[in-house]
Amino acid sequence: MSFVRSAALTRTSRPRALIDFYLTLMRTAIQAQFQYRVANYMYMIGMVAEPVIYLVVWSTIAEQHGGSVEGITAGQFAAYYIVWTLVRNMNIVFTPYGWEERIREGQLSAQLLRPLHPIHYDVAFFAGWKLVVIVMWLPIAVVLSLIFHPELDVSALEVAVFAVAIWGAYLIRTMFLWLLGMTSIWTTRASALFETYVMAELLLSGRLVPLQLMPDWAQRLADLLPFQWTFFFPIQALVGELSTEELLQGLGMQVLWTAIGTGLVVVAFRRSVRHYSAVGN
Amino acid sequence: MRALRVAWLYFRIGAMNELHYRANFFIAAFQSLLALFTGLVVLALVFSHTEQLHGWSHAELLAVLGIQIIMGGVIHTVIQPNMLRLMEEVRDGKLDYALTKPEDAQVLVSVRDYRIWQSVDIVSGAVVVAVALGQLEREVGPVDVLAFAASLALGALMIYCFWLVLSTGAFWVVNMWTVAELFEGLYLSGRWPVGVYPGWLRYSLTYLVPIAFAVTVPAEAVTSRLHWGTLVAAAAFSAALFGFTRWFWRLGLRRYSGASA
Repeated sequence: MSFVRSAALTRTSRPRALIDFYLTLMRTAIQAQFQYRVANYMYMIGMVAEPVIYLVVWSTIAEQHGGSVEGITAGQFAAYYIVWTLVRNMNIVFTPYGWEERIREGQLSAQLLRPLHPIHYDVAFFAGWKLVVIVMWLPIAVVLSLIFHPELDVSALEVAVFAVAIWGAYLIRTMFLWLLGMTSIWTTRASALFETYVMAELLLSGRLVPLQLMPDWAQRLADLLPFQWTFFFPIQALVGELSTEELLQGLGMQVLWTAIGTGLVVVAFRRSVRHYSAVGN
Repeated sequence: MRALRVAWLYFRIGAMNELHYRANFFIAAFQSLLALFTGLVVLALVFSHTEQLHGWSHAELLAVLGIQIIMGGVIHTVIQPNMLRLMEEVRDGKLDYALTKPEDAQVLVSVRDYRIWQSVDIVSGAVVVAVALGQLEREVGPVDVLAFAASLALGALMIYCFWLVLSTGAFWVVNMWTVAELFEGLYLSGRWPVGVYPGWLRYSLTYLVPIAFAVTVPAEAVTSRLHWGTLVAAAAFSAALFGFTRWFWRLGLRRYSGASA
């Protein structure tokens, strides 16, 4: 491994230094991203199109069938897909495609020279960006609510769990996309793998439809995979009728999948870095 | 004519370049299959809960999906590569090289770049449309084929205009890297006939972002829904849009202050 452990001098204050590092990088990300408001909004509008399409299709079906599909009314679909827009934004992390560029341009070599594991930079930078995104999302949510009239009845606990769960979703997806991204160190043709992953995620995470609408076998399959904890669970925490026990279990599952993802990243990174040969200047 | 000759020349050069990278064909084919599979799953899911959507049957929506894939192939092969390059060159100041050539600048920036492997989608979309027509058990006469081809061509022209208007925005807003994402998001709406959407969205998807003209109108042509009036309206609207695009492009070009390098 080519990155150097920080010197013994700073070891005593390492946690504090790490917190300081995160706060600084998040502040930088916030300042940088607020400069690109038009670009950020275009991105968000492009993304909002997707749930609006699903919402329109499923509300049409609900209306054709006396007001609901599998017990979900048009208003509940509206609530689901409006909350979806925020959860989707929280799901955007450093992409596997970014990894290709990172390697091709030799940026990874520079990152390896720094005393911190490179994943900290991504986690901190995108976390800062998320704060900008959340602020910019609020007016979008208001407009969508005025148009589609969501039925939403939330308790304080649900709001609290949701506020934590969106960050859980962020961490799980960061870890798994990092894992995918690292395959770029081994092969230059990793995009087929990414696309397959994204398709499986689309179908089994609750991104396409609330999972209740999927066939039983697909729901059982989804239970074995991390996808639903980054999409379906955070949304359901707010718009669904989950019991306190279910809410806490959900958070537990998020912790579990974050831990699994982190473990895999640590192991895979160690092996990948040994395989990595530098490109760039 | 001159414009077509220039386009053909660039296309040949582009194709020769891309033919070096044959493995990319398999990647494109794989992506195309995945996208098709996802589209079919979505249709199956919708029709496991209903028998028809706003008067469109499963087979008819399959035709819509196929046309959306065909048009997507045209966009990714011809339109999008050129527009992305244009925006990049405005930012880098490299557009000078195109502007100093003795040919109309709009023609040049529209025909320089091709991704020929993306045309796999045109083939797979055509197969889907053929299967859908088989399920519909419809006689397809020469008039239908003509109407279909005409509406598809007009649709592609309108999408090109829309993309060029967006890209021209780069003259004012330099950082446009998210515009492709914006377009991809909006283009997903073409999976469904435009009649499904509520009024304000239907109008936006027809006149603001001409996806209804690009996908729904050709789909109407193959499912015996098309009135001649719609085709005439499409022709008139695309002529107006083309005129506007040309005016807007020139307006943007006047703001371009040249190379930074």
